[in-house]
Amino acid sequence: MAHAATTPTSRRWPRLVATLLALLFSAVALMSAAPAHAASQVGIDENDYRVSGIVRLDGDPLEGIRITVEGPGQSAEAITNAEGRWAIGVPERDTYVVTLDESTLPEGIAVVDETGEDETPNSREATVGPSGSVVANFFIGEGERATTNVGGQILDRLFLGLNFGLLLALVAIGLSLVFGTTGLSNFAHAELVAFGAIMLLVLSVFLELPLPLAILIALLLSMAMGWANDAALWKPLRRRGVGLIPMMIVSIGLSLAGRYLYQFFIGGETRQLPYATTTALNTGFYGLSVIDIASMAIAIIVLLAVAFFLLRTRLGKATRAVSDNPALAAASGIDVDRVIRIVWVMAGGLAGLGGILWAYFRPGVSWDMGFQILLLTFAAVVLGGLGTAFGALIGSIIVGLFVEMSTLVIAADMKYVGALVVLIVVLLVRPQGILGRKERIG
Amino acid sequence: MIDWIQLLGNSAQQILSPVTAAYALAALGLAIHFGYTGLLNFGQAGFMALGAYGYGISTLTFGFPWWAALLVGVGVSIIFALILGVPTLRLRADYLAIVTIAAAEIARLFFTTNTFVQYTGSANGLQGYKGSFEEVNPIPPGRYGFGPFTYNEYDWWVRIFGWGLVIIAALITWRLMKSPWGRVIKGIREDEDAVRALGKNVYFYKMQALVLGGVFGSLAGMVFVLPRAIVPSNFQPTLTFFIYAILLLGGAATVLGPIVGAIVFWVALSFFSGFVARAVEVGWLPFMSTVQAGQLQFILVGIVIMLLVIFRPQGMFGNKKELAFVK
Amino acid sequence: MSSNDAVPSSTPTKTSGLHIGEPAPGVKKVDPIIVADHIKRSFGGLTAVDVEHLEIPRGAITALIGPNGAGKTTLFNLLTGFDKPDTGEWTFDGNSIAGVPAFKVARRGQVRTFQLTKALGLLTVLDNMKLGAKGQSGESLTKAIFPWFWRKEEEEIEARALDLLARFKLDAKKDDYAASLSGGQRKLLEMARALMSEPTLVMLDEPMAGVNPALTQSLLDHILNLKTEGMTVLFVEHDMHMVRHIADWVVVMAEGKVVAEGDPHEVMKNPAVIDAYLGSHHDEDLGELDPSITEAVKELADDDADEIKH
Ligand SMILES: Nc1ncnc2c1ncn2[C@@H]1O[C@H](COP(=O)(O)OP(=O)(O)O)[C@@H](O)[C@H]1O
Ligand SMILES: [Mg+2]
Repeated sequence: MAHAATTPTSRRWPRLVATLLALLFSAVALMSAAPAHAASQVGIDENDYRVSGIVRLDGDPLEGIRITVEGPGQSAEAITNAEGRWAIGVPERDTYVVTLDESTLPEGIAVVDETGEDETPNSREATVGPSGSVVANFFIGEGERATTNVGGQILDRLFLGLNFGLLLALVAIGLSLVFGTTGLSNFAHAELVAFGAIMLLVLSVFLELPLPLAILIALLLSMAMGWANDAALWKPLRRRGVGLIPMMIVSIGLSLAGRYLYQFFIGGETRQLPYATTTALNTGFYGLSVIDIASMAIAIIVLLAVAFFLLRTRLGKATRAVSDNPALAAASGIDVDRVIRIVWVMAGGLAGLGGILWAYFRPGVSWDMGFQILLLTFAAVVLGGLGTAFGALIGSIIVGLFVEMSTLVIAADMKYVGALVVLIVVLLVRPQGILGRKERIG
Repeated sequence: MIDWIQLLGNSAQQILSPVTAAYALAALGLAIHFGYTGLLNFGQAGFMALGAYGYGISTLTFGFPWWAALLVGVGVSIIFALILGVPTLRLRADYLAIVTIAAAEIARLFFTTNTFVQYTGSANGLQGYKGSFEEVNPIPPGRYGFGPFTYNEYDWWVRIFGWGLVIIAALITWRLMKSPWGRVIKGIREDEDAVRALGKNVYFYKMQALVLGGVFGSLAGMVFVLPRAIVPSNFQPTLTFFIYAILLLGGAATVLGPIVGAIVFWVALSFFSGFVARAVEVGWLPFMSTVQAGQLQFILVGIVIMLLVIFRPQGMFGNKKELAFVK
Repeated sequence: MSSNDAVPSSTPTKTSGLHIGEPAPGVKKVDPIIVADHIKRSFGGLTAVDVEHLEIPRGAITALIGPNGAGKTTLFNLLTGFDKPDTGEWTFDGNSIAGVPAFKVARRGQVRTFQLTKALGLLTVLDNMKLGAKGQSGESLTKAIFPWFWRKEEEEIEARALDLLARFKLDAKKDDYAASLSGGQRKLLEMARALMSEPTLVMLDEPMAGVNPALTQSLLDHILNLKTEGMTVLFVEHDMHMVRHIADWVVVMAEGKVVAEGDPHEVMKNPAVIDAYLGSHHDEDLGELDPSITEAVKELADDDADEIKH
């Protein structure tokens, strides 16, 4: 051991970062350069319905054409086979957007629009009918490719990213506050997210309550759920003096049990909330629908309210004090238990709201929808600095924008990779996060 | 009526099953990480995926013989461990947890994306890579064994190979943990600053532990896919959580724990889900569908993890005093 | 705590003539083992350590004293490589060790203990001790699997460990988990473990804190023994009574700075020292010492003040 490899000293760090970044970029470059064959049939076995088609030019099949299908519960790519065929399984009897990647067509060939009205003929909608499948074909011929202007595309993605970042922030702030006040890295936070959406599904779709009322009740139930989490599990564990790492593993068990309990009750399919998939609500403004705008507005209002609470109210200040230094806060007469209880109620409510907005964003309610964004939430929280509410907000917006913007360069089915890589790189250069403080040593 | 003999037979089959061997091997790797060194690796599924794909891709795309493919799988997991360890082994334990789970997901997304479909088969995965491993099978064709343990020559070969690896890995772990190296590792689990103050290169030891446990994980991945096909959706975080359940069941800082834990876990789980499924079929549980019966096992595993951590953190074999939890 | 029965049985022999010139902060030493210059470390707005020049004499027992929050532990962390200063240079045994990682500092013979005892709870007392030994070939991953490489070495280490445990009266506990020891016994174990590495400089951070008076006695004897065996000792302590009895030299810190140095009997008369101990910082609340982490608490306090006014 005495002559074993030396630890890299601090001088080597910049080089390391550079190497990792280089690796990342070469991976991205590889992705856009890699030729594609096979996988003309994607997700057929896992899904009940399918969208399929044949790509032909003057009757001859075209191989290697990239088709994307996006919509409720599915976002997948297929590449046409030697017969020009492709098929993608989808979970819903619903409308999906099918896009043909024109850059994979031979030189000088494009998707032609017969009516001349459609600016993007390479993208069309396909609705799965009673037969359980739908065919989506394109007219291909010589002609100009539809080039969506790059600026518009960037703005599209910017708004999507902002929308996603804001809803992520609702989720992340709760996670971060719980971590700050109790030290728990709560993996079961994901199930609080799904809980809000599932309650809304039950109330508005199964019980057919009016939407505003259903949302209100769902949020109240979410808050109650947050409270119950603490009262029934975490508080007793704190009392027992269970360590933070064991508690973290307990939260993993809870997450697993909770997630499959949801699946037990609502099944494996994705269901839609009221108005989630109506195309009539599109505003034509950078692809935003009324729901998107409402979602962003709600998120911003709630985030402002949370900020006001933390900065201006007595209880909020006490919360921050407990986050900063629980021992000191207790010594200065703050009722730490009460603060923690309120943090859990808040975390439950915010996660539930985040879940509802996430259900409209994806779109769809499914049993594992919370777990799908859990890692991104952690990424946001770590990015901002564990335990700081405002760090979580900034981290979320960055993650949201990054996830959506990265699809301009990398394949859509890889969009989460970028955010997770950023998480690792940030830990490398600034382990305490953007707003976090260094830990006390010794 | 429920066919009890068949139910018990199916459960008993899990004792020798290569899947059980794979979980035991992966849990042994996790015991080195978590139980002995205190590293919270939540990306064991990633190591397994790299082992499986490293093996599958080098066989199918590059036509490597089985042993070279195996070395590729191991090599890739070593590189993965180094990439993970460099940024995170200096940081707090919970950061490692988040980074490893994220890295495992990155690996899985890379294997699932259409971008590399010609190598990975994207969402459909890979099959047909058994060739040269099947050829070196010394067992002549035929069916051997008794009762529920009757298999053909390839099934036996996979079982012998898988459990052979488990035994070798267990012996290595056992020797290491009785050595001065193991003492340093356990010291790091207790308090790494104290060990650092005694002149040990803590970072380097943690890296060694991460690599070693990761190699066990990648071998587990290969054993896992040898009898079947490689499917990327098998390597989700839930896989890691199952391995944690096994580790906690057996005892995190023990050598026998992960192995017996894996056997008990799979026999019990198989019996439980088999029983519930048949009970539903014969109408004993009218409020449940067969699909729902299948989900019950996951709920059960989640609850078992919680109960073990709260009430019996040392597992079945762990020393009562040696709770084997990092602080 | 300064009861008389906690004082060493025999009057220790003091080492004198350690310094050159008048005793003052940063005074030169005849034979320094550590020489530190311009060491500065701040946390946010708070300067925890700001030492212009400091020399620690070789072969003597030096006490580092000062009120809570003076920066003693932080200085220990910096000198041993556990923390990195904003600026500063220092040498150990004539070689610069600024920027050298903690484990290498320890290998060079500068070994420390911690204010909050770090006994490795789920290792046995004997394993704790064996871990302290330096340069073990069995600690290499490849050799570890083959016991014949290291068995003989292990036996020697065990013999040495048992010998030390006997001296520290812990031999009866050798197979117990360290977690089962009392607080004082853990302090002893941590010190004994540090000695397993055969250091030249032993740095003890509050070795007597929380130790019951019966054990204080033997701890003091052990510290004195270290000097007899040719080691240099630097230790942090609050109890002036003990410092006076065993220390050959005293360094006083306050608010991150070295405010006085000198012979243990003389230095206590220094007005700077009296000031440091009795001065304004003694009974201020915790918050004042650490402005960076108490913003929210302060805001709350301000609110209260406002409410009272209205
Ligand atoms: N990691 C840290 N972050 C913030 N402040 C710190 C940290 N470590 C020490 N301090 C502050 O530095 C000052 C000196 O602390 P310390 O060296 O522990 O004092 P002593 O050991 O003399 O009691 C104190 O005000 C303490 O709060
Ligand atoms: Mg101190």
